[in-house]
Amino acid sequence: MNYHLNHLKELESESIYVLREVAAQFENPVLMFSGGKDSILMVHLAQKAFYPARIPFPLLHIDTGHNFPETIEFRDSLVERLGARLIVGSVQDAIDQGKLVEEKGFNASRNGLQTAVLLESLENGKFDAALGGARRDEEKARAKERFFSHRDEFGQWDPKNQRPELWNLFNGKKNYGEHFRVFPISNWTELDVWMYLAYEKVELPSLYYAHKRNVFEREGTLLAETPVIQRRPDEKVIEKMVRCRTIGDMTCTGVWESEADTLEKIIQEVATTRMTERGGRTDDKRSETSMEDRKKKGYF
Amino acid sequence: MHPNNSQETIENYDKMELLRFTTAGSVDDGKSTLIGRLLYDSKSIFEDQYEAVKQSTERRGEEGVNLALLTDGLKAEREQGITIDVAYRYFSTPRRKFIIADTPGHIQYTRNMVTGASTANVALILIDARNGVVEQTRRHAIIASLLQIPHMVVCINKMDLVDYSEEAYEKIKEDFEAFASKLDVYDIHFIPISALVGDNVVERSEKTSWYEGPTLLYYLENVHIASDHNFIDCRFPVQYVVRPNTDEFHDYRGYAGRIAGGVYKKGDKVRLLPSGFTSTIAKIDTFDGEVEEAFPPMSCTLLLEDDLDLSRGDMIVRENNVPEVGQDLELMICWFNDRPLQVRGKYAIRHTTQDALCMVKEIRYRLDINTLHRDLEDKTIKMNDIARVVIRTTKPLFHDAYRKNRITGSVLLIDEQTHETMGAGMIIG
Ligand SMILES: Nc1nc2c(ncn2[C@@H]2O[C@H](COP(=O)(O)OP(=O)(O)O)[C@@H](O)[C@H]2O)c(=O)[nH]1
Repeated sequence: MNYHLNHLKELESESIYVLREVAAQFENPVLMFSGGKDSILMVHLAQKAFYPARIPFPLLHIDTGHNFPETIEFRDSLVERLGARLIVGSVQDAIDQGKLVEEKGFNASRNGLQTAVLLESLENGKFDAALGGARRDEEKARAKERFFSHRDEFGQWDPKNQRPELWNLFNGKKNYGEHFRVFPISNWTELDVWMYLAYEKVELPSLYYAHKRNVFEREGTLLAETPVIQRRPDEKVIEKMVRCRTIGDMTCTGVWESEADTLEKIIQEVATTRMTERGGRTDDKRSETSMEDRKKKGYF
Repeated sequence: MHPNNSQETIENYDKMELLRFTTAGSVDDGKSTLIGRLLYDSKSIFEDQYEAVKQSTERRGEEGVNLALLTDGLKAEREQGITIDVAYRYFSTPRRKFIIADTPGHIQYTRNMVTGASTANVALILIDARNGVVEQTRRHAIIASLLQIPHMVVCINKMDLVDYSEEAYEKIKEDFEAFASKLDVYDIHFIPISALVGDNVVERSEKTSWYEGPTLLYYLENVHIASDHNFIDCRFPVQYVVRPNTDEFHDYRGYAGRIAGGVYKKGDKVRLLPSGFTSTIAKIDTFDGEVEEAFPPMSCTLLLEDDLDLSRGDMIVRENNVPEVGQDLELMICWFNDRPLQVRGKYAIRHTTQDALCMVKEIRYRLDINTLHRDLEDKTIKMNDIARVVIRTTKPLFHDAYRKNRITGSVLLIDEQTHETMGAGMIIG
């Protein structure tokens, strides 16, 4: 008998199943789009899940105002190609309106402010399910995350009181005001994502490929030179061949020295790399449990 | 480095299979050490993770690198030093990608073990060679059998502490086999290991020359899982109806879902439930184009020749092979909530993509999952209990026995007010 799927096809099938469950069980879902490879993968899978119909929910981007310009360009062209609806939640607007106060100092980041804008955008849009591209292999608190993750009316996650998930039965029932975070690519690893994107020939932002950039080093991490990060006098700018392994806010997304300028080379690099992709993110380094603390407050 | 290396990696990846396994063991049997070892020896541990664990080990005043800390998750667990939930871990070799559902072994976490077991191909059971088969071992095996995990591998650990004695190993193996003969498991393997030292985990051990079987990793890479799905009885629960409403796809009406059993081919005669009408498969569609055949666990979209009105919860099956259709079900149920199961109580029920209500008509017995004893006296079903119950649903469910199909044979019971998942049931008939 030769009826068998390779593991990427099986992961794809599982994710499509979850995406369709969301469309069927919720009235008003939204796909959280960061511009990174995981959310690009999610969009690709959503396209597959509902083909030949359009993706039946909008994309939501929380824009810190500190994104790489390449991310925004890529986002806009993708949205246009899909004919999808894009909603932007702007951290800059929230600061300008006095709703949020910007962090000060060398390590100032808008990462913490994102959560408030995300929750507000979800509330304004009356979204009852927010699809996210988080994976369980990324970080230890995420290893226990469900596919369907229940959030109370404050958007908070209670790790001790998660609904058990068995077989392929997902319980998305909820009371008024509560909502769900749903993670269709929970079971993918970083290498799975890259392999699949290569097979499927999915277009990616140029930031992922090695390019020359002005960078400086801080606490063992390379950061891009940009007006939005204040540098210490001893932090010297140098030009290097680098690429991003994750794409997020410029203030906390480390870039990696790399010569990998094609998908093949990236895969080879990922397959032999000895550091996790989040290893370059200064937001995770603040304390041993920082991801768990942020998740409880509503970060995805 | 070899110039074709990445091409090789890609080709390898194309042939890789996915295997899910669940682990259970009593506290201190060495489960965390074993998982840490598998991850470490298969090079799935990254430097920064390794460094973090090394630092934690030092902070705790322990020596060396405690591989067990690699599998620690939440804060509360770190504080208490125990595993309280199901945690998922990933590693891969060139042959397979593995998903480990790492579950706690204590009786108060039966529900977590059941959760982890529900999707597993293999149950990995750990026994401390010094203690032999204990109550928890039996419980884990019973859960694996109830949840119909197709394969079981029993690792007899800490062989280094019993001088790699063949006798000790054989004794435990016999004890376990005697007990397992009462269970519904047919594929059991035994492996003598030392998780701490690494004997027979990834590398063969010279100290167990009397043992001729595979190492644990070799077993996991080669155990035959291709027939773990049901390829005989066609079951396609309609999950979502695709209606593009565009000029190009004006009359398109596709039934999207994931194949739960059997092989579907273009041109097959099918029966639709609940209507009982028949039709023919006009096309099996996917984003990547039409396919001739679809089989589990593929997600695809079926188009029918006749213009019939199916919706979510309906099922497309073969003309002469239909599931049971009925409202009265016997279940083995595992209870998840601290509010006990209520006889005459009403619950929402989810079965495949179908929702209904149900009433618990009778509790037949509570199963002691340490001994398999059926308790007909004390029938209070509390959190972590397993019981046989009779329910009646408000509408007919298209179901199979769980033994025949894990997807069409399973249900969730959900609280109507709080919407919590209260219990998980396996259909007996
Ligand atoms: N000698 C020996 N000790 C082991 C072995 N496996 C685990 N241990 C030790 O047994 C203790 C409990 O192991 P741990 O992995 O934390 O057990 P868990 O509670 O099942 O996760 C630790 O001190 C381990 O170092 C083994 O194969 N041989």
